[in-house]
Amino acid sequence: MKYVDEFRDPELITKAADEIRRLADPNRHYRLMEVCGGHTHAIYRFGLKDVLPENIELIHGPGCPVCVLPMGRIDDGLSVAADPNVIFAAFGDMMRVPGTQGSPLQHKARGMDVRIVYSPTDAIKLAKLNPQKHVMFFAIGFETTAPSTALTLQRAKAEGLHNFSVFCNHVTIIPAIRAILDSPDMRLDGFIGPGHCSTVIGCRPYEWIAKNENKPIVVCGFEPLDLLQSIVMILQQLQNGEAKVENQYKRVVPWEGNRAALKAMAETFQLRPYFEWRGLGFISQSALRIRDQYADWDAEQRFQIPGIRVTDPKAAQCGEVLKGVLKPAQCKLFGRECTPENPVGALMVSSEGSCAAYYNYEHRKANLVTSISASA
Amino acid sequence: MSAGPKPANLAPKIRFRDPQIEMAHGAGGKASRRLVEGLFAPYFFATSTGPLADAAHLKINGAQMAVTTDSFVVKPLVFPGGSIGELAVNGTVNDLAVSGAKPEAIVLTLILEAGLRTEVLQAEIEAIANAAQQAGVRIAGGDTKVVEHGKADSMYITTTGLGSPLPGVEINPQSVRPGDKVLLSGPIGDHGITILLARGDLEMEGDLYSDTRSVFPLVEAMVRAAGPGIRWMRDPTRGGVATSLNELARDCGLGVVLSEGNIPVHDAVRGACELLGLDPLHIANEGQFLAVVAPEFADAALQVLQQTPGGEEARLIGEIREQPAGSVLVTTLYGGSRIVDMLVGDPLPRIC
Repeated sequence: MKYVDEFRDPELITKAADEIRRLADPNRHYRLMEVCGGHTHAIYRFGLKDVLPENIELIHGPGCPVCVLPMGRIDDGLSVAADPNVIFAAFGDMMRVPGTQGSPLQHKARGMDVRIVYSPTDAIKLAKLNPQKHVMFFAIGFETTAPSTALTLQRAKAEGLHNFSVFCNHVTIIPAIRAILDSPDMRLDGFIGPGHCSTVIGCRPYEWIAKNENKPIVVCGFEPLDLLQSIVMILQQLQNGEAKVENQYKRVVPWEGNRAALKAMAETFQLRPYFEWRGLGFISQSALRIRDQYADWDAEQRFQIPGIRVTDPKAAQCGEVLKGVLKPAQCKLFGRECTPENPVGALMVSSEGSCAAYYNYEHRKANLVTSISASA
Repeated sequence: MSAGPKPANLAPKIRFRDPQIEMAHGAGGKASRRLVEGLFAPYFFATSTGPLADAAHLKINGAQMAVTTDSFVVKPLVFPGGSIGELAVNGTVNDLAVSGAKPEAIVLTLILEAGLRTEVLQAEIEAIANAAQQAGVRIAGGDTKVVEHGKADSMYITTTGLGSPLPGVEINPQSVRPGDKVLLSGPIGDHGITILLARGDLEMEGDLYSDTRSVFPLVEAMVRAAGPGIRWMRDPTRGGVATSLNELARDCGLGVVLSEGNIPVHDAVRGACELLGLDPLHIANEGQFLAVVAPEFADAALQVLQQTPGGEEARLIGEIREQPAGSVLVTTLYGGSRIVDMLVGDPLPRIC
C-alpha cells in the first residue's frame, strides 16, 4: 500500500532505531513529548517502545480532543438533544464518551436520536433529509477538524439551511502546549510536533518553543518510520546544542500551513476568552466559538444551554497523566475502576487517549518475560 | 409427589450489572461475553464449568449430536458476495464445522416485516436453498412470524443447525499447550469491510466481496490429515480474529503470540482499516476459521488446507506461549509488539 508500506519497512525501521541508539548519550535520560494523540496511538500500536533504547522516554501530551473535553460540555450538548425534534450528530469518537447520565450511545439506546457522521457535511445532508427536525452537529477537535466545521457553517449560511446548528468545542493546540510548558513539574527535552493539525497551522506557530523555551520540536507523521526519524532529528539537534522547528512530515505539512483553511476558520470562529480543558483546567484563549454573524447556526446561541460543570472524580489522576507527570498505569484507577469499556477518566475514552492506548496495547505486556523477543 | 433433586438455579449468581442493553452487547466482543457469562450462563449452565463453545455436543439416547443456533439481522440484506439468506446457512454450518461436527440439517425461523416485497423474500429463500445445497445440509423445517411495518427491518432470520460429531477430533481450549501452532484459513476482514462499504455511508468504494461460505470442506480435510493434533477451532465472526483468540487465551490461561507479517489481509481491507482507524483483527469474517494444532501436526494441517480449494491462502500465523497469559500479543516485522484485546464497543452494528 503506497505511503504506508515504505514507512513500515522493517529494514528502514531497524536502521532508524540503530541511528537513535548511536545518537543517544547512554548517560543521559531523554524525555520527549508527543503532543498529538494520534502519535500516542501509533507509538503503542506499532510497539515502538520495544524498538527504542530505555533512556528515551516518550511523554504523552494533551493532543487528544475527546480526552480534553470536559464532561459538562457533553451534558450540555445532550441536553439540547433531549428535545425529540433534535438529532444529535457527532463523529464516532464521541459516541462512547460518558456524560454524567451516560454516553451519546447510551442515550441512543434509550431513544435519543443520535447519529454517527463521518464529516460535518454528512450532518448537513442529514438536515436536508429531515427538514422537520433540527440537526445539531457536536463539533470537536483541534485545528485538524475546525476547518471542515468552518466550511460547513459557511455552506449552511450560504444555503440558508435553518434546521442545522453546530455545538462548537473546537480547541487550539498552541495554548495547550504552553500550559504544559508552564507547568512547574514538567521537564522535557523536546517535542514530537503534531502532524495533522500542522497541515492547517503550518510550522511557524511552534517557533516560540524553540526560541523562548530552547527546545527542539519536529513536526512528525504517523507511521513508525516517521516517529523514529523525528526522534533522530530531535537527538541530532540536542547533540548539536540546537533548538529549532523542523518538519519531518513534509510530504503532507506545508511550512506555511493551509491558507484557505485558516481563512475559513478566521471568518467563522473567534477565540473564546477562556475554556475549560479536562485535566488541565481553564486555559485562556485556547478554544474557538462561532462568530456572531453565524449566530443562527450556533447551538450555544440558539438553545438554552444549562452550562453544566462537572468535576472529575477525585481519585482519577487524569491531569497528572495528561501532563506526563504520571504514567497511565501509575494512576490509582487504571485498569481497575477505569477501563476502555467503563472509562472514568477522559484519557481512557478515546483510542488516542494515552490510558486507552496503554491499556489496549501495552498493559499486560509490562510484566512479560524477555522470552518473547528472544524467541520471536 | 417426589422430592426431586434440588434445582441448581434457585439463586443464580448474576454478575451482569449493565443497566440496559446496548448495541455493543450484540457485537460479539467484551460486552457480549459479559452478557452471556454474567446473565445467561448462571441461569442455564449453573452446573457446567466448561468454556462456552460454538456448538453444543449432546448425547441423546446414546446418539451423539451437535446443535447450534444463530440469528441474522444484517443490513443491507444483499451485499457484494452474498445476502442474509446465504449468511444464515453458512454461519450456522460453520459453527457446527468448527465444533468438529459435520453439518446435517437446518431449521429455519423467519421474522418478516409487513410490507416486505415478495420478490425480496423469494430471492432470500432461493439463496437459502442454494447455500444449503452447496453446504450439503437439508432444511428440515421452520417457522414464520410477521410483525407490523416499522417493527423490524425487512427480515430477520434464525437458523438452528444439527450436525454429527466427526470421529477422531476433540475441540477443547483446555487441551491447548505452549508450543501449539495457530493456523488461519485465509485473508481476514473481507465480510465486515464489505458490509461497511455496502451501506454507502462512507462514500468509499472498494473491490471487495463478503467471504461467506461453508468452511466445512476445509475443516473436514484438516481433520482427516491432522485430527488427533487439532485442539481448538473457531470461526472468527463478530469481533474478528482478535476476539476469538482472546477468548481462547482466557479459556486456556495461556498467551497467543501472532506475527503480524503472516496474517493475510487484502489490500482493500487494509486500506479501509487504515482510513477508519480499525484493526483488521477486529473485523468480522464469515468464511474463515482459526485452528490451534499440536506442533507435530502443524505442517500436515497447513499443507492440506493449502491444497484444498478455497484454502490456498491459509497461513500459520502464530503460536501458543506461556506468556502473556490470558492475552493476545502481536509482534511486528521490526521487533515491536502490542497487545490486541477483544473488541470493545461496536464499530459497526448489524454485520450478520
